[in-house]
Amino acid sequence: MTVIAVVLVFGFFTYNAQVNMENRGIDFGYGFLSQESSFDVQFSLIEYDGSHSYFRAYLVGLLNTILVSVIGIIIATILGVIVGIARLSPNYLINKFAAFYVEFFRNIPLLLQIFFWYFAALRALPLPQDAEAMFGIAFLTIKGLYVPAFIWQNFNIFFYSIVAAIIAIIVIRYQAKKLQETQGKQTPVLLVSIGLILVLPLISFLIGGVRLSFEVPVLKQLATTSFIYEGGVSLPPELIALALSLSLYTATFIAECVRAGIQGIGKGQKEAAASIGLTPNQVLKLVVMPQALRIIIPPTTNQYLNLTKNSSLAAAIAYPDLVLVFAGTALMQTGKAIEIVSITMFTYLSLSIAISLFMNWYNNKIAIQEK
Amino acid sequence: MFKYLKQLTSLVAMVAVLFTFTTESMAAKKSKTLKNTQKKGFVRCGVSQGLPGFSNADAAGNWTGIDVDVCRAVAAAVLGDANKVKFTPLSAKERFTALTSGEIDILSRNTTWTLSRDADIGLTFVGVNFYDGQGFMVRKSSGITSTSQFKDGISACTNIGTTTELNMRDFFNSKGIKYEPVAFEKADEVVAAYDAGRCDTYTTDKSGLAAQRTKMSNPDEHIVLPETVSKEPLGPVVRQGDSVWEDIVRWSLNTMIEAEEYGITSANADMMKTSDNPAIKRLVGAEGEMGAAFGLDNEWNLRIIKQVGNYGESYKRNIADTGILPDRGPNELWTKGGILYVPPSR
Repeated sequence: MTVIAVVLVFGFFTYNAQVNMENRGIDFGYGFLSQESSFDVQFSLIEYDGSHSYFRAYLVGLLNTILVSVIGIIIATILGVIVGIARLSPNYLINKFAAFYVEFFRNIPLLLQIFFWYFAALRALPLPQDAEAMFGIAFLTIKGLYVPAFIWQNFNIFFYSIVAAIIAIIVIRYQAKKLQETQGKQTPVLLVSIGLILVLPLISFLIGGVRLSFEVPVLKQLATTSFIYEGGVSLPPELIALALSLSLYTATFIAECVRAGIQGIGKGQKEAAASIGLTPNQVLKLVVMPQALRIIIPPTTNQYLNLTKNSSLAAAIAYPDLVLVFAGTALMQTGKAIEIVSITMFTYLSLSIAISLFMNWYNNKIAIQEK
Repeated sequence: MFKYLKQLTSLVAMVAVLFTFTTESMAAKKSKTLKNTQKKGFVRCGVSQGLPGFSNADAAGNWTGIDVDVCRAVAAAVLGDANKVKFTPLSAKERFTALTSGEIDILSRNTTWTLSRDADIGLTFVGVNFYDGQGFMVRKSSGITSTSQFKDGISACTNIGTTTELNMRDFFNSKGIKYEPVAFEKADEVVAAYDAGRCDTYTTDKSGLAAQRTKMSNPDEHIVLPETVSKEPLGPVVRQGDSVWEDIVRWSLNTMIEAEEYGITSANADMMKTSDNPAIKRLVGAEGEMGAAFGLDNEWNLRIIKQVGNYGESYKRNIADTGILPDRGPNELWTKGGILYVPPSR
């Protein structure tokens, strides 16, 4: 019954849209995707300019959305875990500071926070010619953050040395675990791992012919009072403001998930772990966290999804994400509203489902293994 | 089972009723839009979110501007009262969808007439009420006085969803200058970002630059460069497929311009009824059957002139007296050195 109703209603909408579009002489079709877009985008991870197709403009927007989401998720997770643990700290100051942060940032609408960070930062940051160098090589200005670019020689040898180090670490960890299970011996795995990841690439520099140099941004004058930095890599202030506000906002929710997860573990567990002689660090790492994660992961997945979807507010501050580039400029230039909005909706749906699937897989992996 | 059957029948009946309504209204009379407008009692008009001189709301919510006056003229013609307009502020991105989806019936929002917009997306441009061109604004302190001084790496703030984005690319490409486009969804954010120093230049239609300059923290610090890099004929737009409505909007605008040509103003319109010139008499409804073809009475054009005024009055009231663009430039009548030239009402 429900299915029939849904099909009929959708059928009616589609029919209605078709009739109306026909009346107004609008063609329906996705052929425009291969046409030349003829507009430029400020910031792109792949090579793009107006001579490329609308489909490539779509990819540019999609990659920018993914970029800001990934940066946001990483920072929000780190910050969220720290604040979540800090809220349980016996130290009054740390505890209250964390509580204040959470209550403050999660109770202000995200769009306002984005405007605040963007326009406050714009007003506060120096013009390029007034910027002071950070460590002599990087510049934070109103036109963006300029950092040196890496210029590699024989990058592949360096890359292989890293891969070799990672493989070696995995083997050693496996052996160490076996040793611990069979003979109860502890091996300093962490120290050995750090050593490996440092030493192998170092060898590649010494005898592999790998060379690394930096291209430091240089100030260039455009007009009397107009300057920019040339060379190096520049991150637009829009990206920085958006990533910052998304992570500060989402971190508050993740912090609450983490706190709930840790508080959800019975006191008896910690006491029992302590009574068999584990150090407080080991209690947290071996007993509390593995169990707490099972409580933390599902609600945190929601926060990751929210962050990804919230990144569409980018349009307000000119960060060229999927909504601004594709559902904004491209929609306007082609007039293909139904096609473009449907593609955009489907894309966000796919992104969300991909994150969900990954997090569910991870959740299953850490779930209690019933044998 | 029977329970479901009953529900299903009622659902099918409901859908059938909906379909009948659509098909009936489709086969409907010549101008569905005119009929609906007269039934509703107001003209649904899409305008900008605030561009002084063109369409701008004051603190009390009263809209003024030359784009607003086009909608008021249509309201005066078809409803008899220039105030019977419902204004919907739209962003550049929303405007065409609002029109094609039927949310508004006239889009009078400083919209550039281009081939692809006219042909592709189910719209029809009815005329030009302002001849404009894209320009650049810079800070006076930058020392830039011409676009020829632009250099690689310049950052340019603008709006998304406008011809500006495309013209900007054409301009910088033809000069071989690498530039950073910073495109915002709303004009207020563009102004705020440029004002804060995010961009070296702000580019949009010159009339827009002149109007937005008044919103800057210190308007005297900024200048509009002399070069015009594109043609931007701005005009009202209607949906494709209702040619009577299209004609009403077109001739409402033409009436305002032609009235100025013949010296008919809101003050002297009634007296002009006794003029010796038949062209003037036709414009004030004293001769001929000028409204019949639209399904309107004979004094539709007289009401426009009396209630809204002629084009010159509208320009003076909204653009010249507010100090935005005191010089009419190309927007002067063809008889006075401009390019405003409309077909005759006869």
